[in-house]
Amino acid sequence: MSLLETTRLTKYFGDTHAVDRVNFSVREGEVLALIGSNGAGKTTLVNVISGLLEPDAGTIRFREADITGASIHEKIVVGIARSFQLVNLFDKLSAMDNVALSIFSRQGKTRRLFSLADADDAVRGEAAEILEQFGLLPKAGVLAGGLSQGERKLLDVAVAYALRPKLLFLDEPTSGVSTREKAPIMDIISHVVRAERITAVIIEHDMDVVFTYCPRIVAMHQGAILADGTPDEIRNNEQVTANMLGTDRHA
Amino acid sequence: MDTLIVHVLTALLYASVLFLIAGGLSLIYGVMRIVNLAHGMLYAFGAYVSAWAVGMMVARWPIGLLYTLLPLGALAAAGLGAVLEPTLLRPFYRRAEEYQLLVTFGLLLILADLMRLLWGPYPLSASQLYEALGSLTIGDTIYPNYNLVVIAVGALAALGMWAFVYKTQFGVMLRATSQNMRMAQALGINVNRVYIQAFTLGCFMAGIGGAIIVPSQGAVLDMGVDALIMAFVVVVIGGLGSLQGALVGALLVGVVRELGITFFPEIELAVLYLMAAVVLLIRPAGLFGRP
Amino acid sequence: MSTIPLPPSRALRWIAPGLVVLAVLPWVVEPYQTTLFSYGLVMAIAALGFNLLLGYTGLLSFGHSAYFGVGAYAVAMIVKYFKITSLEAFIVGGIVASALISALFGFVCVRYTRIFFSILTMALSQVLWSLAFKFFWITGGSDGLRVPTPSLMGVSLPPREDKMTFLAHRYYYYVLVIFVVATAVMWLIVHSPFGKALQAIRDNETRAEFVGVQVRHYRWVAFVVSGTYTGLAGALWVPLNGLTTPDILHWTFSGEIVFFTVLGGFGTFAGPIVGAIVFNYLKTFAVGYTVYWQMFLGVVLVTLVLALPTGIMGMVARLLPSRAKAPAA
Repeated sequence: MSLLETTRLTKYFGDTHAVDRVNFSVREGEVLALIGSNGAGKTTLVNVISGLLEPDAGTIRFREADITGASIHEKIVVGIARSFQLVNLFDKLSAMDNVALSIFSRQGKTRRLFSLADADDAVRGEAAEILEQFGLLPKAGVLAGGLSQGERKLLDVAVAYALRPKLLFLDEPTSGVSTREKAPIMDIISHVVRAERITAVIIEHDMDVVFTYCPRIVAMHQGAILADGTPDEIRNNEQVTANMLGTDRHA
Repeated sequence: MDTLIVHVLTALLYASVLFLIAGGLSLIYGVMRIVNLAHGMLYAFGAYVSAWAVGMMVARWPIGLLYTLLPLGALAAAGLGAVLEPTLLRPFYRRAEEYQLLVTFGLLLILADLMRLLWGPYPLSASQLYEALGSLTIGDTIYPNYNLVVIAVGALAALGMWAFVYKTQFGVMLRATSQNMRMAQALGINVNRVYIQAFTLGCFMAGIGGAIIVPSQGAVLDMGVDALIMAFVVVVIGGLGSLQGALVGALLVGVVRELGITFFPEIELAVLYLMAAVVLLIRPAGLFGRP
Repeated sequence: MSTIPLPPSRALRWIAPGLVVLAVLPWVVEPYQTTLFSYGLVMAIAALGFNLLLGYTGLLSFGHSAYFGVGAYAVAMIVKYFKITSLEAFIVGGIVASALISALFGFVCVRYTRIFFSILTMALSQVLWSLAFKFFWITGGSDGLRVPTPSLMGVSLPPREDKMTFLAHRYYYYVLVIFVVATAVMWLIVHSPFGKALQAIRDNETRAEFVGVQVRHYRWVAFVVSGTYTGLAGALWVPLNGLTTPDILHWTFSGEIVFFTVLGGFGTFAGPIVGAIVFNYLKTFAVGYTVYWQMFLGVVLVTLVLALPTGIMGMVARLLPSRAKAPAA
């Protein structure tokens, strides 16, 4: 049973078909990689599904409900969350506050003007747990702007994860990070995703990461899906290797 | 029919001046991505300088010669702009927008009082230039010829700007810098020079606006802020950064204002703001603007 | 970890003695000084409101004179049309009126950010200003409207007591209490989950949306709270001034509010309070010194933004030994 399904989803930028009649589906519990060279349409696809952009044509269904025209907020309520390739955090708030905000929002508490955020032990406790899962607990009091790049990437994912989504989109979680740090970051992310059985779609350029962590791979090219299968199938797919030759094996 | 012609002319008159001010504002924004809250003050400055120059010479020069003094206002505004950009604005291009707004707001306060310091709290007039051109009769109404001059200047300015931006070498550099500053820089364009030139040009336009309208309306202390707000309404409608937008917006505002004054004199201002609000609601970037 | 969070202990060391000083002020200085200080407290309330938008939500309004003026004129209307002169009624009236207007203006303004937001707020306040002249039969036009000394909790000015003493004592304490309460409430608001959401919006609007915070709505709520605080200040200001005129609706007054918030430091909680009080003295000095004090303000503002953007409190924070923790943003 598919958790998310897009039918002939299309997004134009002028004359360019950034996303061209894409039929994409994700089953509950899957962890899949979305690969493709630059400009293939991966991020645009995620932007459209998550609500940052409006589709020009096609539909998106989430568990049988049509969310094509839904707002970002509605999609979050339904259970879709995402992290960002270029880190998007609340730089002047602490790591703890960044995560706590997601929790407050999830619980509808952000409407409260007359209670103290720091006094909510339940929320702070949960935020601390999440920071711990992501290896960031020691930095809980540090402002997000002051963390290292690798820590920021992790925090970015943690903030999305704290929404306890059903479907999590991770946009290049290891990009911009030194090769040495990639594996630890992916380990943490993959561990969390598996432990909580979150359905995850990971956009990645680094093929090592992709082949190691993702049992299913969807390859895009020029706005359309080129191939969809297991790492072995993809490795042996000539079209994919031909088009990916432009991409480094390391991001 | 005759009253219609007069209404149209009055609308065009207002639109001409607005285009000069708003066009300058839009040009500056288009190239440099800054909004100078003190822009209206450049318009006022142009008006004051011209009125002052005329006032100085009115006893000694023949009327015809006095007209040559009007451009002084525009030049003075341009000069002021050329001084302000490198000193006060350039340090803020890389900083958060709030700081730009704060510093141009400070500039607004300074210029407002500077003009009061230089020319006192009472309006300056150059009405001799207005009356000297006489008037023509349209049906039952008398219409001042000077207003036609203003409309002509506005139209010339629009044409001039268009030619300048689209047909000259400098215009190409201007457009390149406005579209992609880094790329323009990489191609060897001296971006700092383009910035100061663009800013000066924008101020020059505002200065022309002030200089040309001063015989008709005099130079008054509050004219700067009123102009800024009206110019803002124009760029909201027309889109910030677009000269066509400034032209279309100015024409629309001129017409609506004229309609408003004729039928609902009390709420004329409100109608304009309402119009701006409606446009903002439908098309936040304005009719021609870039978001 | 469950505590009633207090301001950082460093700040506490100043607050307690500060409150004591404030409490005994009228007994220590002459009435003129106390009244002058009251103006500062009133402006501090306005600044607190203003900074909710600027420092905490990232929206720079150049039109806050609108809400101050609405609060002030609401008081004048209450006197003129209902013949009521109780300060309690003034306060309620000021709050209600400014809440309504800020809800209306806010609805339009928060659809936009940055430049558009700023100029739109300025334009709307200019509309009110021009209406104050146009509808002169209601507002008294450029002469404005007089407001007599109100009764405080039912107690009016005794016939033999002079107004100055009254202002310096009873009115001062009344304002002081409201100031303390308003400050405490604002402190609570900015430290609430809502306050955190606002700061998130300030830091990263897109991410805030993606974390489930509906940005436009939260901005609007912040705008209403902000305008209401400023309207309360306006309502408290009129009895001090005795008179309300269209001047306080003019953009130059909005500029003063911006100025003293930036002066004090818009990145801190206390900055606006400090800035308002300091500005109050600065203006009194400058106005007595020159007619061109607006230019003086402009120069100081430009200098501030160039050289000391974090304002007085920012400078204070740098001079004191730091505690190396995340500051209470």
